[in-house]
Amino acid sequence: MKFKIILTILLVNFYSCVLSDEIINENKIHKNLRCLVCQGQSISDSNSDFAITLKIVVKDLIEQGKTEDEIYNFLSEKYGDWILYKPKLNVVNFLLWFLPYFVLLLGGLIVFFIVRKNVKKT
Amino acid sequence: MLSNIGNSLLFLNVIISLLIIYYSYNCLKISNNLIFKKIYNLSLFQSTSILICFFTLISAFLISDFSLINVYQNSHSLKPVFYKISGTWGNHEGSLLLWVIILTIFSFLFLISNNKHPKDYRLYTLIIQNLLILGFLFFILFNSNPFGIVNPVPKEGLGLNPILQDPALAIHPPLLYVGFVGSSIYFSAAMASMISNYNDKPFAKSIKSWVLISWVFQTLGILVGSIWAYYELGWGGFWFWDPVENASLLPWFAMTALLHSLLVLEKRKALYFWTIILCLLTFTLSVTGTFLVRSGILNSVHTFANDPTRGIYILIFLSIMISASVYLLFTKYKPEKSHVSANSKETFVLINNWFMMFYLLTVLLGTLYPIFLDALLKSKISVGPPFYNSVIIPVVVVFLVFMAVGPQAKWIKNRFINLKQLLAILVGAIIINFAIIYFFKSYSVISNLIIISSLFLIISSLFDFLKKSETNLSRILSHLSFGFLIFFIGLNHNFSIEKDFNLKLGETKIIDNYKFVLKDLELYNQSNYKTIIGKLQVRNVITNEERILKPEIRIYENPQTLTYEASILTNFFKDHYLTMSNIDRSEYYNIKFQEKPLMIWIWISTIALSFGGFLSLFRNAKNN
Amino acid sequence: MQKIIKITTSIFFIFILVVFYISLNNTSDYDTENLVGIKLEKIKLESFENKKYLTNENLKKNNFTLINFWASWCAPCRVEHPFLMELSQEKNLKILGVNFKDKRNNALNFLDNLGNPYHYLAKDDQGKQSIGFGIYGIPESILIDKDFIVIKKFVGPLNLEDLNEIKKITNLL
Repeated sequence: MKFKIILTILLVNFYSCVLSDEIINENKIHKNLRCLVCQGQSISDSNSDFAITLKIVVKDLIEQGKTEDEIYNFLSEKYGDWILYKPKLNVVNFLLWFLPYFVLLLGGLIVFFIVRKNVKKT
Repeated sequence: MLSNIGNSLLFLNVIISLLIIYYSYNCLKISNNLIFKKIYNLSLFQSTSILICFFTLISAFLISDFSLINVYQNSHSLKPVFYKISGTWGNHEGSLLLWVIILTIFSFLFLISNNKHPKDYRLYTLIIQNLLILGFLFFILFNSNPFGIVNPVPKEGLGLNPILQDPALAIHPPLLYVGFVGSSIYFSAAMASMISNYNDKPFAKSIKSWVLISWVFQTLGILVGSIWAYYELGWGGFWFWDPVENASLLPWFAMTALLHSLLVLEKRKALYFWTIILCLLTFTLSVTGTFLVRSGILNSVHTFANDPTRGIYILIFLSIMISASVYLLFTKYKPEKSHVSANSKETFVLINNWFMMFYLLTVLLGTLYPIFLDALLKSKISVGPPFYNSVIIPVVVVFLVFMAVGPQAKWIKNRFINLKQLLAILVGAIIINFAIIYFFKSYSVISNLIIISSLFLIISSLFDFLKKSETNLSRILSHLSFGFLIFFIGLNHNFSIEKDFNLKLGETKIIDNYKFVLKDLELYNQSNYKTIIGKLQVRNVITNEERILKPEIRIYENPQTLTYEASILTNFFKDHYLTMSNIDRSEYYNIKFQEKPLMIWIWISTIALSFGGFLSLFRNAKNN
Repeated sequence: MQKIIKITTSIFFIFILVVFYISLNNTSDYDTENLVGIKLEKIKLESFENKKYLTNENLKKNNFTLINFWASWCAPCRVEHPFLMELSQEKNLKILGVNFKDKRNNALNFLDNLGNPYHYLAKDDQGKQSIGFGIYGIPESILIDKDFIVIKKFVGPLNLEDLNEIKKITNLL
């Protein structure tokens, strides 16, 4: 019981200090943008002309008060979804986002049933 | 000259393989448990001749025989000897020869080292392995021959890409090939096991060492590849979730799952068909990876020079492999009476397999999805690090907890795990995590969870070690170092500092706690390139720690390429990583500075992880 | 039950292998075709000559406009220049040149030496405006119609084939 109390206190503390932290992170955006003229690099990793320009534009957009998603939408409208390293959740990409969790769930069920079947037997 | 020797040896190998298959088939018809002496001899002869064939190619690179098109395209007489040799397998054709060598040598070693097992099983394994060998020999002979000649003979070679002139990259392919081409032998063995009805414990015993060998090498291969990316690419990262990297990770997941399910098959005679599926899956994924990388349908950092006819060939090979294994599985499958009980080791092995399959499918999906979308809907998307991080990392947290609890369970017997102890460990982990947050003064939910769960695994593995109740040192070491690996990756990922700015000669810049001065730029002429070396002084204003970093910009002649060499200062606490690149039409240089805590420990943990595999291999060899 | 599993597994593998086969014959290169068909509503470019801005307002009376991104430091731009000169004679087409990350004097020299095909001239010193046009390396050209809808995008220097295509499209009117 003592452990549980300590545990809850610690967890509560830890979450409260974490949730207060919500700022727009420029570098995170850079890491999600593909440098189109490079080979498999994000603009964060690249120093090409294109990457430099895009970094300036991202900075401007942030200063204009655009949110992360608005920036991604603006850029994917111009360059296509190819520019985003994290695919948007939409009809086309639904399976990409959904299938891993489906497999996780299904696998969990299979393991559960195999184990339970044998518990009954013994 | 060398071309003729090489071609005749390749041809000889085809004949030997055919002979081995023919004699093995004849031998199967005789009803005693003896294998013809000549099969052993042929198999030894096969390994020797393919090695000689490989040395022929190496010597062509050594003496810079540009009459071979392969040498002409991939070497240069001015290259250092070491890179001339590594150039042999640094290209598509040469690396295929390495493939065949590993297929052949593993075939021979498996034949001679398993003499306690029945004849049928061994011969079927040999036949199937030789069919694989034949497939690749034909590929080499008809499509990707490293001994092709060029006429008239050029005076000088086209050179080796400077980015590929790196010791880590030179040894990286052989390690990886032993890993994933090595998995061919248990592919063959699994097929043979189904054909000859040789299953359960003895089957598990016969392949265990091979699985361990390939796992250890695959782990080391991935490590060396990451080290190369870290030191050579100059981006400061070591894993980019690039499709080619994923292609090496997929078989690793399958091998790791197999390694664990083999334990169950060995001890409890359960999960036979699941183990078979994993054996087949590992090598199938290896060939799929090769297909993706070599056919050029991927868009990646590491693309080979591509050619779709290669793709067709590997695709046909892959199709035959898959249909044969699926067909055999369907005809031989029968539901088994499994003996898995809750809260036993079997359950936790199942849980391990469950998570491995999740990782495998996520990475596979992320790699293939863009290809599928492009082929079916003509829509192009990218799947990169942010996708993998957001899908996989939360699941890793849960996985680590299971990994900590799992080994404490016993085989068969139901026994409750000591809950109090686990809670104590958890509280300990959380307190340490607090200390870490306090020290680095930065945090996020997910990084906290990763750090806590990895600490949980580390502490419980240490407890296990101290209790010495069950002295399975290899397992404890592997689990412990995996915990450390995730722990250090978590710390490194979250507490790295990154500064990106432009600087010109003599200028000083102060960003947060750092003061940067570009003191000097010097131009040097080296034997095959020119280099501009910058001298940057980096000073931490608070600790007064001062470092001089010397990044380089290299201009290579053959072929004309510009590369950026990072300057990296390593110590046990952190790495300082700095790259300098020129900005077009400007006197400024772009500087990218990173402070990466505990970087070296990521490499050390991975080495310890594979060392755990080695220990297990030795133990296994001693027991048999 | 077993039969269903067998059939689905087989179909699954066949599907994967077929897709692999299809993608072998695809090129995996990136292009920005997706901009075609989109309306460029908010064109706003700094004029090269003065402090004013070029907007949709200036272009609305043109039947077709070719927006060409160029710079004096860009070698392929010299290659495509004769084609632009030829296109500047087309009656249904006006050309808007956007001078990209360039120095004013170099740009003027370039036009003095090779001729000026541009009916409108704008500049983009930092390259920021070009992002709004989906540009990732110059030279690139975008053909838009009267309603500012993108008809075609040309990445890399224009060649004879492109020239004829543009002529054909603009003369259809």
